[in-house]
Amino acid sequence: MQSTSPDHSPKAEPIVRIRDLVFRRGRRTILDGVSLDIPRGSIVAFMGPSGVGKTTILKLISGQLTPQSGSIEVNGRDVSKLTRNELRRFRRDIGVLLQDGALFTDLTVFENIATPIREHSKLPEPLIRRLVMSKLSAVGLGGIEDRMPHELSGGMARRVAFARAVVLDPCLMLYDEPTTGLDPIAVSTVQTLMRETNNVLGLTSIVVTHNVAQVRKLADYCFILSEARIAGQGTPDELRASDDPGVDQFMHGKVEGPIPFHYRSPDAPWSLLD
Amino acid sequence: MDAPRRLAEKFTEPALEAGQALWFLFRMLAGLRFTPSQILSVLQQVYLVGARSLVIIMICGFFVGMVLSLQAINALEQFGASEQVSLLVGKSLFRELGPVLTALLFAGRAGTAITAEIGLMKATNQIEAMELMAIDPVQRVALPRFAAGVISVPLLTALFNAMAILGSVVFSIGVMDLDAGIYWSKLQTGVYFARDLMQGVWKSFVFGGTISLIAVYFGYSSRPTGAGVGTATTNTVVLSSVLILVFDFIMTSFLT
Repeated sequence: MQSTSPDHSPKAEPIVRIRDLVFRRGRRTILDGVSLDIPRGSIVAFMGPSGVGKTTILKLISGQLTPQSGSIEVNGRDVSKLTRNELRRFRRDIGVLLQDGALFTDLTVFENIATPIREHSKLPEPLIRRLVMSKLSAVGLGGIEDRMPHELSGGMARRVAFARAVVLDPCLMLYDEPTTGLDPIAVSTVQTLMRETNNVLGLTSIVVTHNVAQVRKLADYCFILSEARIAGQGTPDELRASDDPGVDQFMHGKVEGPIPFHYRSPDAPWSLLD
Repeated sequence: MDAPRRLAEKFTEPALEAGQALWFLFRMLAGLRFTPSQILSVLQQVYLVGARSLVIIMICGFFVGMVLSLQAINALEQFGASEQVSLLVGKSLFRELGPVLTALLFAGRAGTAITAEIGLMKATNQIEAMELMAIDPVQRVALPRFAAGVISVPLLTALFNAMAILGSVVFSIGVMDLDAGIYWSKLQTGVYFARDLMQGVWKSFVFGGTISLIAVYFGYSSRPTGAGVGTATTNTVVLSSVLILVFDFIMTSFLT
């Protein structure tokens, strides 16, 4: 398979451009002045300890959350300034694979995949059927279209959710912990699907994960988040070789290091001792 | 410093919640299009929330009719007026007991199911997935369930009333051996269509709307955890039951 190599040259317009992003939840600052570019055609990973704001970045990019300040441009348009209708149109062009797939439990596999098509087009039924069946066989699950989501294994459900996410041929795919809780074979299957889809369809993919091994196999470039900022960035190999203490601690799973074990609550009594 | 604010919040919070629920109702109604797919999903929900409540409504209706007749005959016998039983049963049933008891049963049977279902859809990220696909979950999930409740409750009330009259007939005529001709003629001449029967019909529409709005709103606004969904389900039953009885009094005082 011919791979579409990501364009890292500074001249190429990035698909996502984030500048001075600040996001707070209550008194807690989740992201503090984050700036980054995501080049077109690449698979970019966001890594970091749990609760550091990885999923928040995905939600900010997809317009589910609005930042307190800063800008997030996708294809040159500031997501936080889109009107309701513009946001609707924008979301047709992005595909999202959520942590557990989030299949609609009251619909069959076929109807799950057909839902975005029915909602956003007036295609005739035979064409919808062909589209759904082709996506379903692309994820290697032809013949299960009449099953209900509760009849599927975790890996199958994730692949059906994948087929649903790409059914409208998005230009940007967002993955939130796409392989969490899957067996090793299912993990490899989903990873292969992600890589192949990215290359064949020329998408850009953003993956949120804390699986270091997965990032090494899958990502072209990654960002490590820690304490509301980007602690490190680079290709997976560069990050592994990095001598930055925070990056080194995360990439090698060390307990000791600048990333704290204790959660620092602003209300905690020990803050009085500082 | 905090105490007065917390006290004020105790009063403002329910008002805020009520406002949000009404805004939610507005959002649902703004999406009414009567397209074939919308009608189909409403009919599906009528089956799921309405038709599946049939058995409980029929059994309860039958026994309520029997117990009403038993109590009425006991009381009326003292004045030698047992043959008036159908009048008493008919009026109390069509005006009050039919719509109120059906609504209470519906809140327990279907209202809780709606809240739990929507709450679980939220907890399993299905609602979020819809938003990300640019599908409005208020239109897709809440509206069909709300509409189904508004349609189902009056129909279930009619069935409850019919079964209660049947129970009353079985007890009064079959067991107590009252005259069937007098029973039916009293019911026909003493119970009025507009004043008695329709009063119950209007009430059942309002009750259906109230329960369904509470059920979909609480489900939609529940915290996406096991405990959150549990609390929302309990709140649906409690608030629905209270509001049914409050609205019943308000409507009765205007309609009588």
